Amino acid sequence: MIALGLTLLFPLVGILLLGCIGHWRCAGGVNLVISIITFAAALFLAITIFEHGPILSAGKLFYIDAFNVYLIVLNAFVGMTTAVFSGPYMAHELKIGRVDDGRMRLYYSMYQGFLFTMLIALSTNNLGVLWVSIEGATLATVLLVSLYRTRESIEAGWKYFIICGVGISQALFGTILVYFAAAKTIPGKNEGLLWTVLQEHASQMDSGVMALAFVFLLVGYGTKVGLVPLHNWLPDAHSEGPTPMSAILSGLLLNIALYAIVRFKMLVDPALGNHLAGNLMMGFGMLSFSVAGLLLHRQTDVKRMFSYSSIEHMGLMTFAFGIGGPLATFGALLHMIVHSLTKSAIFITVGHAAHIAGTQAIGQIRGLIRTQPFVGWGFLIGTCAIAGFPPFGVFTSEFLLFTATIKSYPWLVPPLLIGLAIAFAGLFRNLQPMVFGEPPPGQQPVTANMWPVLLHLALVIWLGISIPTVLADWLNQATIMIIGKGVL
Amino acid sequence: MLITTLSFPEQLVLTLAALILLTSFIMLAQVRLDSLINTFAMQGLLLFCTTVLMAVISGEYHLLISAALTLFLKVFFIPIRLRRLVIDLDVRREVEVLGNPFLIMLFGTGLVLFSYYVALPIRALSLLATRNTIAISLAVVLIGMLIVISRRKAVTQVVGFMSMENGLFFAALVSTNGMPMVVELGIAFDVLVAAILFGVFFFHIRTEIGSLDTDRLNRLTEVEK
Repeated sequence: MIALGLTLLFPLVGILLLGCIGHWRCAGGVNLVISIITFAAALFLAITIFEHGPILSAGKLFYIDAFNVYLIVLNAFVGMTTAVFSGPYMAHELKIGRVDDGRMRLYYSMYQGFLFTMLIALSTNNLGVLWVSIEGATLATVLLVSLYRTRESIEAGWKYFIICGVGISQALFGTILVYFAAAKTIPGKNEGLLWTVLQEHASQMDSGVMALAFVFLLVGYGTKVGLVPLHNWLPDAHSEGPTPMSAILSGLLLNIALYAIVRFKMLVDPALGNHLAGNLMMGFGMLSFSVAGLLLHRQTDVKRMFSYSSIEHMGLMTFAFGIGGPLATFGALLHMIVHSLTKSAIFITVGHAAHIAGTQAIGQIRGLIRTQPFVGWGFLIGTCAIAGFPPFGVFTSEFLLFTATIKSYPWLVPPLLIGLAIAFAGLFRNLQPMVFGEPPPGQQPVTANMWPVLLHLALVIWLGISIPTVLADWLNQATIMIIGKGVL
Repeated sequence: MLITTLSFPEQLVLTLAALILLTSFIMLAQVRLDSLINTFAMQGLLLFCTTVLMAVISGEYHLLISAALTLFLKVFFIPIRLRRLVIDLDVRREVEVLGNPFLIMLFGTGLVLFSYYVALPIRALSLLATRNTIAISLAVVLIGMLIVISRRKAVTQVVGFMSMENGLFFAALVSTNGMPMVVELGIAFDVLVAAILFGVFFFHIRTEIGSLDTDRLNRLTEVEK
């Protein structure tokens, strides 16, 4: 309980503190220290859960189990490594005059604000609070997307605000419907939104209302996951904001929205007693996966290209959760981790590459490996990892997912394979010249801190070769929670 | 269901629901910004009346706190702030051209029918006498969405967005006598922050493109040209 309190307290302190001193030169360091403490507290929390099982806070407002605790640790970890990168990156942006003191305060304060709202979303037991904090995460990041105040970034910010705001309103309507269905079966008036209580009574809830609620929830939170056709905001928001923001948006925010959908699926499945929720998720997932792979080919901005790759992977995860067997769910949970780690590593590398070339245009980033081998190799290896090459973790999770698909829906394997091949081609046709091409004359290396990238990619390789027993146990427990049986 | 067989307070709630839907339609067709904001405040006021009425009928007095929040946010804070922004940005008298008013209104009517269709399973279940109101609240949400989609001015889009929020609040109110307090407070906080952020955005958009036409925010496309 103390661990949870600490995990939530430090980002909250960070919001207030960095809101005042965010323009100081040491602000990047302060941000990093707070993120490290948060990560330590999250680890402490994870160990507590591992030893004592799920905890429910007094007043039932917070509930931590195997499913959300690993996402909390992942969240704090990526928040920490991105903070390592963000300090020097933002100092560079300040130096070249793209931001001023006020915006630095806003940036650091909202960096912590974003982590705070996401940690609340993950740890809460109240589905209403879950909605409030996911909306809060949008509000925290919307001004960061338009931080540079260029015409494009303001457009991206506005789109993000309106599309996500309108989308997520549908999720609130779905939540209200769930509460309405709960009011019929659950006696305590104020308990009707508590996930633990709802789960006990899930099979008694009215199936018609729950099915309708899930449609609204999937559309609402699906907008945040970036599912096609509700994905328009995502590439804009990811490409126009500062790069550390792209890293945590892509690596973390999308996961949280998917987490919300899966939590609701766990309630809807027993109520309906059929596979409607899973089928809807499979359909949306497959569509996102295929469309994003095709759109990858038509991009000229490197950050936009990787945003489409995020949509593709989120589609794959949604699809996997939709299939719903133990193997597919285990694969999807693993894919959440490896995708977050790899994608944030890639965005960090892309940030350095854009500083080297002075632009984000794919056509003008050339010869990274000759100008700065470390960045070039990081970029190449990161892209190999995200494309699903062995021995990286993405390969493992995709392999599990394919195995599960062959078992339950063999006819879906060819479109999945074709989709992967298309996405692979899209990434590599653009990557090749950026990494190996002739560098333009006078291109200089920049001071780059590649430690976060190295750490992330090392972890991804580790997960690809052998998943540590602790983590495998954990994911297995989460799988048991979600669909009732495990794989191990 | 004959309306005359219902008790008097239930009839009142139904009347208020109808009026809220009516204000949504007025907003859908309203082209002048200042009148639009007034209509929005009117919808907030109706919502406030419904909340107080529900609190009295059901005896759940925590609803009075929600009512006070609604009165503060939706009737005073947001409309006054929007009005001041509109004056500061000097777009008060601006008239927005609707694409095809007849088609849009027809579409709005279609949305109401659709909402009734969608709400069929809920209405069959409801123990509250106010069954129609869930369908109406969904219609208010969807018409709010239609306003956001069909309009071009940033201010109008915000009003549409906030009107969706009204619809959601109304849904929670009539289906379950409001959400638990912690959630109500959280949602009110989000709305407050959103209202402040919108103001900030108006100024940015205005400085960058010289007007509040979101149509001119068209640099970013799915496929690069």
